[in-house]
Amino acid sequence: MILQHATWYDGETKRTGNILIQDGFIQSLDYKGDQGGHEVIDAANYLVAPGLVDVHVHLREPGGEAKETIQSGTKAAAAGGFTTVCAMPNTRPVPDDRKTMDDLLSRIDQDARVRVLPYAAITKRQLGQEQVDMASLSDAFAFTDDGVGVQSAAMMRAAMREAKRLNKAVVAHCEDNTLKAGSVHEGKFSAAHGIQGIPSLAESIHIARDVLIAEETGCHYHVCHVSSRQSVRVIRDAKRAGIHVTAEVTPHHLVLSEDDIPGLDANFKMNPPLRSEDDRQALIEGLFDGTIDLIATDHAPHTAEEKAQGMERAPFGITGFETAFPLLYTRFVKTRMMKENELIEWMTKRPCDVFDLPYGVIEENAAADLVLIDTETERLVDPVTFYSKGKNTPFAGETLVGWPVMTIVGGKIVYKGRFDETNIMA
Amino acid sequence: MNTTQSKSVQETKHFVSLESLSLEEIMGMIEESLRYKQGDLPPLFNGKTVANLFFENSTRTKNSFQMAERHLSIQEIPFDVTTSSVTKGETLYDTCKTLEAIGVNALVIRHPEAGYYHELVEKLNIPVLNGGDGSGEHPSQSLLDLVTIFEEFKTFQGLNVAICGDLVHSRVARSNASVLKRLGANVVGCSPESWWDDSMGLERKELDDVLATCDVIMLLRVQHERHIMGDIFSKEEYHERYGLTVERVAKMKDGAIIMHPAPVNRDVEIAGCLIEHDKSRIFPQMTNGVYARMAILNRALGGQS
Repeated sequence: MILQHATWYDGETKRTGNILIQDGFIQSLDYKGDQGGHEVIDAANYLVAPGLVDVHVHLREPGGEAKETIQSGTKAAAAGGFTTVCAMPNTRPVPDDRKTMDDLLSRIDQDARVRVLPYAAITKRQLGQEQVDMASLSDAFAFTDDGVGVQSAAMMRAAMREAKRLNKAVVAHCEDNTLKAGSVHEGKFSAAHGIQGIPSLAESIHIARDVLIAEETGCHYHVCHVSSRQSVRVIRDAKRAGIHVTAEVTPHHLVLSEDDIPGLDANFKMNPPLRSEDDRQALIEGLFDGTIDLIATDHAPHTAEEKAQGMERAPFGITGFETAFPLLYTRFVKTRMMKENELIEWMTKRPCDVFDLPYGVIEENAAADLVLIDTETERLVDPVTFYSKGKNTPFAGETLVGWPVMTIVGGKIVYKGRFDETNIMA
Repeated sequence: MNTTQSKSVQETKHFVSLESLSLEEIMGMIEESLRYKQGDLPPLFNGKTVANLFFENSTRTKNSFQMAERHLSIQEIPFDVTTSSVTKGETLYDTCKTLEAIGVNALVIRHPEAGYYHELVEKLNIPVLNGGDGSGEHPSQSLLDLVTIFEEFKTFQGLNVAICGDLVHSRVARSNASVLKRLGANVVGCSPESWWDDSMGLERKELDDVLATCDVIMLLRVQHERHIMGDIFSKEEYHERYGLTVERVAKMKDGAIIMHPAPVNRDVEIAGCLIEHDKSRIFPQMTNGVYARMAILNRALGGQS
């Protein structure tokens, strides 16, 4: 395959060339040879980026197939420009031993449209009581009990010690259950609507505890979906102290705050919740100064029935694959708050650097995981068109630009959207 | 549904500190300023009135606000501190409340007391636009500095900025350092030990060590002549060690710019012959100040951009 007239970022600067893809890898970035026998794709209208990498996704299978399956989830990922996604273990059963992990791997092998790297749980059934046999699960992407916080410091310490020995990361959903109550942020919105809120402290207190455990054990500790100003500060201080801590932020926490919740609409309910405007500003600043390393969606599909139960009863989570890149592109790159190449790096190279993955770059001999992006055409977010089974998004009806039009994994086209080969720019 | 832009519609749009503005709001005002510069017609506020209360001397800031007011067809209600009831001992709050009561729509205030506006923004129903508060902040100067930088580089992310000189007495330094860091720039400070302020959270560097890598050299006015003339430095010594000399400019990289809020002490912070150098943006900063203040006034008076 040849991507003709492709334009991509080589570091800070744009570069143009003909990308030759063979046997799943990028063979040449400046191919001028014979086109015979090659599928030729005219990429002149689009920006080419490394396939997006999302280290925090919920594919729901096994056990939650009404919400999402590996097949529907990875189709949605492909449509959103993602070529590698890391699946969280809060499924039924939980991948917490060899048998459940092998079953999950064979499902992925069968159904996935993009690369899926599954996490293994830290504790059996994610109950926080009994540590999994981590050594037997060391082929997992990393270890996490995402969805719930590991309540016991002793359990976290034991897990980080073992993870360090296995050279694996511990990835933490940070939430202290003694402070956990409610469905939104404890703040303006919860007060105005008289409903219980989750304080920022529920998150930051766990991060503060865990960075100390990471310091003692030397383990790579990664914080999921950072949401509050205090959390950013704790991570910043820990990095300055030389502790191996990394962090992610979601697109929705970068774009929305509690002020944007229109009413008791469960499509604005996720955990951690949308916090104050001041927290949101701190997240952007944290991303800019390197405290936060990368962006991950926390794609969390639910059924319409589940989300229709109202703010207090509906489950936490919103979908993210099919809005993430255009949302951030529209809000931050079009407004020139972020550089185009920086946004791409936060969703490609940075997660790969943090987790030592061999993807996320456009180089000769790299895996041919690529996405073609239309940076001009405006389109409405219409959940009906989502490949994801989950239609639960707070961004329905928004007009966005920066839509992926073609996604390539290992040299194979896994998504082709509104790709227009005739409309070549003059 | 356009979520982030719909919030706080009816709030009084004070402009007292950039700290209280979101990055989106700041970027929006920068873009708006540059649109005016490129010739976009501003909204007109026929019938709206503003009073400019300057309790400290000013050439640039006061005239710049007045020019911006004229561009927006805002009527200025003349207010002269020396002939006002302030000389009879009327408090700042009572003066402002009086102007509100007679129908003034917004107040531009410069006052020697840092944070003078805290009481005002709590109690007044018309916007307060801070034209400088003692050694506190000078947010309209910061905004025009941002406009000037953005006009040049089209981004803040990853820019290397050195703020040089009297950091401790400068109200521009603190607000600029903070907002530039929020916007993703790398900011360092270059200053004599006695004018260094650790609480700004900057890394202290020697100017000569950062000259070659800086995109923006932001010079600060030496505020207190007596510091120089006294036992700390002679003017010549300051210029030699901390000022922007002709030799230093030659080491700056291509495309880098020099800024200074003015008024300039010639041959102290910067060699007199460099003030209108190709790299200098000192006068464009003043031009941009009018556009920035148009954006500030437009936001305050509830106009749409």
